[in-house]
Amino acid sequence: MRTAAAAFKRHRESYLLMAPYMIFFILFTILPVILSVVMGFTYYNLIEPPRFIGWYNYIRLFLDDDIFIIALKNTMLFAFITGPISYALSFIVAWIINDLSRTLRSIATVLFYIPTIIGVSVYPMWRLIFSPDAFGYLNGTLMKWGFLREPVAWLIDQNQLLVILIIVQLWMSMGISFLAFVAGLQTIDGSLYEAGVMDGIKNRFQELWYITLPSMIPQLVFGAVMQIVISFSVADVSIQLAGFPSTEYAGETMVTHIMDYGSIRYEMGYASSLAVVLFVLMVLTNRIVTRLLNKVGI
Amino acid sequence: MISLTKKKAGIHSRRSMTGNIVVFGFVVLLGLFSALPFIFAVITSLKPIDELLQFPPRFTVVRPTLANYSDLFLLASNMWVPLFRYIFNTTLVAVLGTLFHVVFASMAAYPLAKHRFPGRNIIFSIIVMALMFVPQVTFIPQFVLLSKLNLVDSYAALVLPWIGASLGLFLMKQFIEQIPDAILEAARIDGASEFTSFFRIVWPNTLPAILTVVIFQFINLWNYSPKELVYSESLKVFRMALEQIVAGDPIARMGAGAAASVILMIPPIVVFIALQRKVVETMTFAGIK
Repeated sequence: MRTAAAAFKRHRESYLLMAPYMIFFILFTILPVILSVVMGFTYYNLIEPPRFIGWYNYIRLFLDDDIFIIALKNTMLFAFITGPISYALSFIVAWIINDLSRTLRSIATVLFYIPTIIGVSVYPMWRLIFSPDAFGYLNGTLMKWGFLREPVAWLIDQNQLLVILIIVQLWMSMGISFLAFVAGLQTIDGSLYEAGVMDGIKNRFQELWYITLPSMIPQLVFGAVMQIVISFSVADVSIQLAGFPSTEYAGETMVTHIMDYGSIRYEMGYASSLAVVLFVLMVLTNRIVTRLLNKVGI
Repeated sequence: MISLTKKKAGIHSRRSMTGNIVVFGFVVLLGLFSALPFIFAVITSLKPIDELLQFPPRFTVVRPTLANYSDLFLLASNMWVPLFRYIFNTTLVAVLGTLFHVVFASMAAYPLAKHRFPGRNIIFSIIVMALMFVPQVTFIPQFVLLSKLNLVDSYAALVLPWIGASLGLFLMKQFIEQIPDAILEAARIDGASEFTSFFRIVWPNTLPAILTVVIFQFINLWNYSPKELVYSESLKVFRMALEQIVAGDPIARMGAGAAASVILMIPPIVVFIALQRKVVETMTFAGIK
């Protein structure tokens, strides 16, 4: 105890500098995660005190909630399709524009990053494009060119809906990982490439695999974390385009399911158990991806 | 095509001309796809009503007009709460959420980057882990917490959770780490306290990272409209007000809706363009080792 006190005294200024931030961080970021875990074992509707019900919520999730299974399937679909594709695209685009002159590179950076920051404002435009009647831009155009006879209800038909959501989600999810890649590529030491040529590297793809990627592992890991966040928390795009709830819950994701139980039905315990499943999936994916990324270039 | 690329000082492996064409063609196509919804919003917002309802629909505008913008403001000024109040709310939330986050997180980033104290590594790895626990996934327990603290339907509900966001702290800590220890040591020898060296030396040298965090935080807050956290009309933010107007009559207000989209997307684009270089400079250090 005495040593702890002594250590605190010696580093008092460090702890004091950190205190204001840590209060907010613990209260609004860490505590909610702990609360989810605890509430996940209870029945809690915000009015009555929470009642401990053990693993019941989790049993109900996997055995008695068909919509959860759809939500889980869709979230995995986003996580394993839009996640890797936009991750790869952000890297490929960053890698290609790295060869451009400074000004062109800046313009390209802005161009590719804009969808991430304006995505939430543009949903009404996507609704116009995919509108179900002949006045919709996609329907109108396809009918004019003779590809379609009847308008397709893109966002209502459960067969089309997910494809459209995936496309729109891809459009807006290059994200911050793209910026990290653009920046990371700039810092690679040019002499590494010279050495590579001496060592017999023949084309740009070998250069990419043996020199560029291994020099960027920290950025790649950071980008993966950011991409995991984006693709596991997909919800807005579904709510805004397919509606809430979507036709036959075809567009339901983990996060829209959490909203359904948390913000509408006030079943906080059940919603928390859903959140815990989501956290576990994210942390596990992060572990696996980090491990894989450390094998790059070998 | 070749002249567009920079002249690198070093030797590079050979780049074939066909390779260049394929590769840049791909990027140009992707760039068009990126920009299309944005351009589409601007064009739609300039269309007069007959062109909006025309069949078959056309992407271009023949007789551009600003009528949709004036309609939007007319609708907005007839609301129960003056439009100014929504703009004020958005500004207040964005400014407070950004200011407190940047000041507190930079204060915490300095010792995490430069001091060796017990618990430092554990705290930082928790923060890296917390990069994944964004409000989009923790909103339910956050809501429970805010409602138990009696903060639901107040400015505090919109601002407080953002002060403890972890991305800003992470970016600033990584940036501060590369400030040379020598200048901090020099200040220490001159008898400066840690607080003085933080404000005199760390802050000025961390400016690119600070501006970057300001931009990210501002954009996040600007794009934020949690309907379950505020329901009083007088506390709602600008975005919620515009969305309410358009939702009132989605067909007739299609043009006004496009105008609202354009207005809502301008601030993030402007700040990002203005400070883009600083952002890229900061992201250089954003790796997780």
